[in-house]
Amino acid sequence: MKINKHIAVSDSGFVFNPVTGESFTANPMGIEIIEMLKKEQTVEEIHAAVLDKYHTDNTTVEKDVAEFFELLKNFSLIDRHETTEN
Amino acid sequence: MEKLRYERPLIKRLDGNMPNKFGMRSDYTPKTHIEGVAVKDLIKKYGSPLFVISERQIRENIRKARKAFETRYPRVQFAWSYKTNYLDAVCRTFHQEGSWAEVVSGFEYDKALHNGVEGSKIIFNGPDKSSADLEKAINNNSLIHIDHLDELYKIQELSKKQNKTVRVAIRVNMDTGIYPMWDRFGFNYENGQAWTAINKIMQSETLELVGLHTHIGTFMLSPNAYATAAYKLAELARNIRLKYNHEINYIDMGGGFASHNTLKGAYLPGTDISPSINEFAEAITTALINSDFPQNKLPLLILETGRALIDDTAFLLGSVITNKRLSDGRRSTILDIGVNILFTSFWYDHKITPAQPFTQYTEDTVLYGPLCMNIDVVRENINLPLLNNGEHLVVHNVGAYNMTQWMQFITLRPRVVMIDMEHKVHVIRDNETLKSLLDLEHVPDHLTKFDL
Amino acid sequence: MKRPKIRIGVTGLNAIDNPGPGVPVIRGLLEAKSFDAHIIGLAYESLEPGIYMHDLVNKTYQIPYPSAGTDQLIDRLEYIQEKEHLDVIIPNFDAELYSFIKLSPRLKKMGIHTFLPTMEQFDERLKVNLPEFGEKYGIHVPKSEVIYQVSDHKKHMEKLGWPVVVKGKYYDAGIAYNADQLTGYFNKISAKWGLPIILQEFAHGTEYNVTGLGDGHGNTISAVPMRKQYITDKGKAWGGIAITDEKLLNLTRKFIKETKWRGAFELELMKNKKGQFYLLEINPRIPAWVYLAVGVGQNIPEAYVNLAMGKEVDAFETFESGKMFVRYSWDMIVNLSDFEKISTLGEL
Repeated sequence: MKINKHIAVSDSGFVFNPVTGESFTANPMGIEIIEMLKKEQTVEEIHAAVLDKYHTDNTTVEKDVAEFFELLKNFSLIDRHETTEN
Repeated sequence: MEKLRYERPLIKRLDGNMPNKFGMRSDYTPKTHIEGVAVKDLIKKYGSPLFVISERQIRENIRKARKAFETRYPRVQFAWSYKTNYLDAVCRTFHQEGSWAEVVSGFEYDKALHNGVEGSKIIFNGPDKSSADLEKAINNNSLIHIDHLDELYKIQELSKKQNKTVRVAIRVNMDTGIYPMWDRFGFNYENGQAWTAINKIMQSETLELVGLHTHIGTFMLSPNAYATAAYKLAELARNIRLKYNHEINYIDMGGGFASHNTLKGAYLPGTDISPSINEFAEAITTALINSDFPQNKLPLLILETGRALIDDTAFLLGSVITNKRLSDGRRSTILDIGVNILFTSFWYDHKITPAQPFTQYTEDTVLYGPLCMNIDVVRENINLPLLNNGEHLVVHNVGAYNMTQWMQFITLRPRVVMIDMEHKVHVIRDNETLKSLLDLEHVPDHLTKFDL
Repeated sequence: MKRPKIRIGVTGLNAIDNPGPGVPVIRGLLEAKSFDAHIIGLAYESLEPGIYMHDLVNKTYQIPYPSAGTDQLIDRLEYIQEKEHLDVIIPNFDAELYSFIKLSPRLKKMGIHTFLPTMEQFDERLKVNLPEFGEKYGIHVPKSEVIYQVSDHKKHMEKLGWPVVVKGKYYDAGIAYNADQLTGYFNKISAKWGLPIILQEFAHGTEYNVTGLGDGHGNTISAVPMRKQYITDKGKAWGGIAITDEKLLNLTRKFIKETKWRGAFELELMKNKKGQFYLLEINPRIPAWVYLAVGVGQNIPEAYVNLAMGKEVDAFETFESGKMFVRYSWDMIVNLSDFEKISTLGEL
């Protein structure tokens, strides 16, 4: 799972893809996960980090993170080729 | 270290057309308590979903409404519209505040009697009154509002048989410049039906014409339409005075005042466009005072206001069952509240707020109910904060029509509680159980057994 | 003498192909001789061009749509007021006027002045009420009927005749030449702006507009008529010329005198072959072409602010004829960081 490395993320939650010219906003949890992806953390590491910090459970996190990845893919923020190789 | 509140990750594409809610303060505030009682605790103790009614708000609403009319007009009487909400505890709160009963069926009539309302303070409306209903109403000296000619003849017959004078009024429908015109109820003003009915009553020996009644529509946003209606009834009263030298006792303006709900398709929210009770009072009382009634003989003004007095007193609490993304990318949330208990979601875009704190991040969401039926949509599109499974929501303004039009469909109906003036919670209607339904059913002997 | 500084909030910064009046209003305010204007933009969407015109607008805040309700609007305005200490707000959209008229007493308590029509004036001039309006004030209006179901049009077509103008309650209109087109417009417009739909007799002739300002006591402070010279496919003037038709001016003065109009307005009129003027619509706000009025010597935005501030304002008696406006578009270069700020923080 690799995030497109040109993506710019700011503290305000503004996400910009200079390749496509599209901009997005994300909530703090979204930004946190994008930052983890940029550091090339694995899905399992992301799950663990979220569970460690927030009051929630494994099923919820797995489901929500998977859905978030779907959104990132739809928005072309995750490189499709690399994800299929994973 | 204490763990933080979890919120699901969210990313939205920005475009110029999209109203941007990020960074805006206080789009919503959570509704954590009702009358000082925590929503969380209510659900824990009484289950989810749950209807919650505030006694304080009922009393405040009816007092405010009485004040609005009584400061402008010398003789005013409210009658509680049973069909809007006929839970006994609700009706009795209104009766304690001086309201009579306004009923539209034999069942509602009996309920009013059961609540201890004197027969002479029950107004009997509606197109369907059986002979038995009418006999009872005649014996109890109730006010019978005649809807059609067949009913007029039936009452005349019964009154002769019982050798009793019956106090009657006619329901008049008319053009007040609003749409749709409710011409299916009562006698039409413009085409002379109303005047014909009045003449028939005046010539009858056993019927006493005591009042004139109208009910121009529902969820009315125009106080002026009521002024028009009041003028037209006053005109009828004047014709009666001229022809028969008979003074009617009361004018019943019916109900129909809008509440603060937002009708589907409306551009501005109900909280902004619904007139206040003062505006309705001003329109109606001004019209009556300016009409031809002699100043010392102004008729009693009866109001059958339902919705505007009860809608904002009740909340429906519920919980999130799950969140789903639909095939077209929209977010959907499934609640344990469905159209079976929130009938008014067919008409309104109900205000719905989370019952716990949340961040400013929101997403456009479809809210579905729990029924396995495609029609079960509570809100087609609502911008909601991100809710987790099991978290609670509060639907506002549900006091009118839901607790009378709800359906026992697929699932059982939930409890209704009332919070009293001392913040004490009372169950005023139990949740249904399998037993409450089976009690009504009978299985023929040959169907009792089967092998699978 | 030093001019007083007045802090003014302005909406309608969407200077696009169907422009809002905000930017021309601001230009008028910045040219005011009687005060020194400090402009705060109030925007609904992050791409309203005025947000990025830093030489005209000192700072912009996003505000919630009218459909969110006045409670949310007042919350947001309270927040803005804490920081900006506005003296006046000029709302420029039809759809937001109801909210601002309703809120004006509360705004006044916060120290924000407005100069808006009364709720009665606002309601009376609604499209659905136009026939009554015309009758009450003795002003010619085209025949119109209000319908709630598309099939209801049949009852009225004999009277109205084809083609017919199909209008929404607040916005949008189309000219239908047959029942199919009428159904199309009915569905499209009612889906967006709700019911009822207004059917209006199609008035043949030449279109004229007047913008002006009434003081609320029946006096005309300003009135400038204009004839559109070029109309875009959206029905907006791309060029227009100020004209001195006495008939039009008299009609405008009569409108102000009879209704005791308070605030700015735009009248849309049609002149038929016999030279009679028909009033098609009353917009209870400043129009997007107001800078023409400024340009011919009647600075309506300036007078508006002075009236709002409770000052005595002399009526404009004359204006220069022989002037026209030609609208043009202009591509600004904007830093993405500006877009980021307004998008994420709601302020820039």
